Amino acid sequence: MAKGDPGVTTRGRRAAPRSKRAAAAAGDPELVQLLTPEGERVETSVGPDGTEYRVDFTDEEYRGLYRDLVLVRKLDAEATALQRQGELGLWASLLGQEAAQVGSGRALRSQDMAFPTYREHGVLYCRGIDPIMPLGLFRGVDQGGWDPNEFKFNMYTIVIGAQTLHATGYAMGVAMDGKTGGDDGEAVIAYFGDGATSQGDVNESFVWASVFNAPLVFFCQNNQYAISEPLERQTRVPLYRRAGGFGFPGVRVDGNDVLASYAVTRHALDNARHGQGPSLIEAYTYRMGAHTTSDDPTRYRIASEVEAWQAKDPIARMKAFLTRQQIADADFFAAVDEQARTESVHLRERVLAMPDPEPATMFDHVYPNGSPELDEQRAQFSRYLESFEGSAH
Amino acid sequence: MATETLTLGKALNTGLRRALEDDPKVVIMGEDVGKLGGVFRITDGLQKDFGDQRVIDTPLAESGIIGTAVGLAIRGFRPVCEIQFDGFVYPAYDQIVSQVAKMHYRSQGKVRIPMVIRIPFGGGIGAVEHHSESPEAYFAHTAGLKVVTCANPQDAYSMIQQAIASDDPIVFLEPKRRYWEKGPVDVDAPLSQAYPLHSARVARPGTDATVLAYGPMVRTCLDAATAAAEDGRELEVIDLRTLSPLDLTGAYESVRRTGRCVVVHEAPGNLGLGSEIAARITEECFYSLESPVLRVTGFDTPYPASRVEEEYLPDLDRVLDAVDRTFGW
Repeated sequence: MAKGDPGVTTRGRRAAPRSKRAAAAAGDPELVQLLTPEGERVETSVGPDGTEYRVDFTDEEYRGLYRDLVLVRKLDAEATALQRQGELGLWASLLGQEAAQVGSGRALRSQDMAFPTYREHGVLYCRGIDPIMPLGLFRGVDQGGWDPNEFKFNMYTIVIGAQTLHATGYAMGVAMDGKTGGDDGEAVIAYFGDGATSQGDVNESFVWASVFNAPLVFFCQNNQYAISEPLERQTRVPLYRRAGGFGFPGVRVDGNDVLASYAVTRHALDNARHGQGPSLIEAYTYRMGAHTTSDDPTRYRIASEVEAWQAKDPIARMKAFLTRQQIADADFFAAVDEQARTESVHLRERVLAMPDPEPATMFDHVYPNGSPELDEQRAQFSRYLESFEGSAH
Repeated sequence: MATETLTLGKALNTGLRRALEDDPKVVIMGEDVGKLGGVFRITDGLQKDFGDQRVIDTPLAESGIIGTAVGLAIRGFRPVCEIQFDGFVYPAYDQIVSQVAKMHYRSQGKVRIPMVIRIPFGGGIGAVEHHSESPEAYFAHTAGLKVVTCANPQDAYSMIQQAIASDDPIVFLEPKRRYWEKGPVDVDAPLSQAYPLHSARVARPGTDATVLAYGPMVRTCLDAATAAAEDGRELEVIDLRTLSPLDLTGAYESVRRTGRCVVVHEAPGNLGLGSEIAARITEECFYSLESPVLRVTGFDTPYPASRVEEEYLPDLDRVLDAVDRTFGW
């Protein structure tokens, strides 16, 4: 696990421009970037409010981030294959968004709480959670249930943007519990996409987080599409700038750059845990695959656009960097690939072994305290099923 | 035993105060619930005594109230949310139906949302549009929610505390036109000895016909029973109290005795609670019924302008008219 300190300095402590210091990514003055698509390291990148972002990882930590990226992509590909083979009902692939998820996921401290959408498989992995956990939802054997507090990772939320309010309330609770103000303070991160920014719930969560100064990081993966609708159908301004209107900072980061994604998230989380309130991160990335396995992106976007983003691949640039800097060699890359293969085979075996639930379990857990009406329905249903026992059909 | 005479509104206020005292995880949140004490003053004085971390004035957005309360519940709090008026709950409907109601189910029992959503409901106060609605069927139709309503100050005092103490998410409907009606309340009785939350209760025993009502219509039906008695007809009035789950055990027993049943509510009749209740009574009491189960309800119109609301709302005469019809079958 990467533990490098982002070593952030803020405006006022800024030194004069240095040769290795980028005002922002080349070609996009608004983008925080620490690793170019070509795999060149940028020592320091400056956000819109003057915050200087940099990371200082050990070689082992760099290799760890690479391993995360590869594993997350491989497990995702395995899930897509399982859907194609009829073993999952649906899969929402994260292909292309690995760096935004691994970078932000590794930036979380153990005490921090995450509220995902249904696509944060990479964040889930970085939380140390078994990747089998959400697959019951997609196989249709359960509704994706786990204890959010046990894993510091809320259940997947399918209704777009609804979880941002849950994250905000949870963060208000953190503050009410007096758990902010020091290095051991707790912070909360809410994941959502570019489409969700049009939802009322997301805008309400911005208002709430702002006026209650909640220890919360809004992490928007702008993957350019809400199913078929391009970003232009959701906004006329860069999404990160919306934060200003709500009264908190916003920053756009290269979401295909795992180092920058880590740096900006760690900075925002630490601000939150120290009681400095919410902020918005727009991780600028691209959904390389379909919205879900039910989607056909060739109907609404052209191949050349996908190819242009292919050149910005988050894993290729990390591999180029590690190779050029001699941080990793061919044996390391081969070992990572082998680990990914082994883990995906293991995942597949366990998915295939998932039992279908017993029909009467649909009556379980509707209410903590139960319901006599429902008990009666369950009893009637059981008697009905039993009436078939011994029959040929 | 300390019995006090309280209005229904003051009984709710006293019950909320007791809940805040009993459990430090209880928080009240909503629009204007703090300094103002709510537009009906149901939370009057609570912020002053418990602070603005326990009684929270929220931004003016209902989905935000319920959505952030979900997060607070996951964090371990017990939120009591006030929706200012029935007609303003709809912006929060998605959070209530898709999140509050389903979290426990989705998580296979690992997440509890011990939330109470208080909603002043019903008409009869001469209000403008959106302030007089009866949305109970929307919530009773949603698995994962429980729905209760009180009809007198004692129940208001007990039931609000029971709802807050319950781990089930509960929509708590308050009959706003009855906020100012007074009655005896035993404020010292332990909650454990209170009448069970999810149980109906006979409000007036009788022998000739069974009248089922809840919330604001219980008073109307009791008045109707008094009038009927003057004509020599004894109505049994049952206060349903719990709308989801329904508790019709006593109603079945009653209808088997009387052979006649009238269901009364303010909400529109089409697919209202009365439809479900009539179906169940018919299934359970078919051979005892002397006439079909009749419904006295609001009409299938939007809630009308207040100058005609007395015509829209079931009243004593419409209840008695329906009772008469059960005898004319």
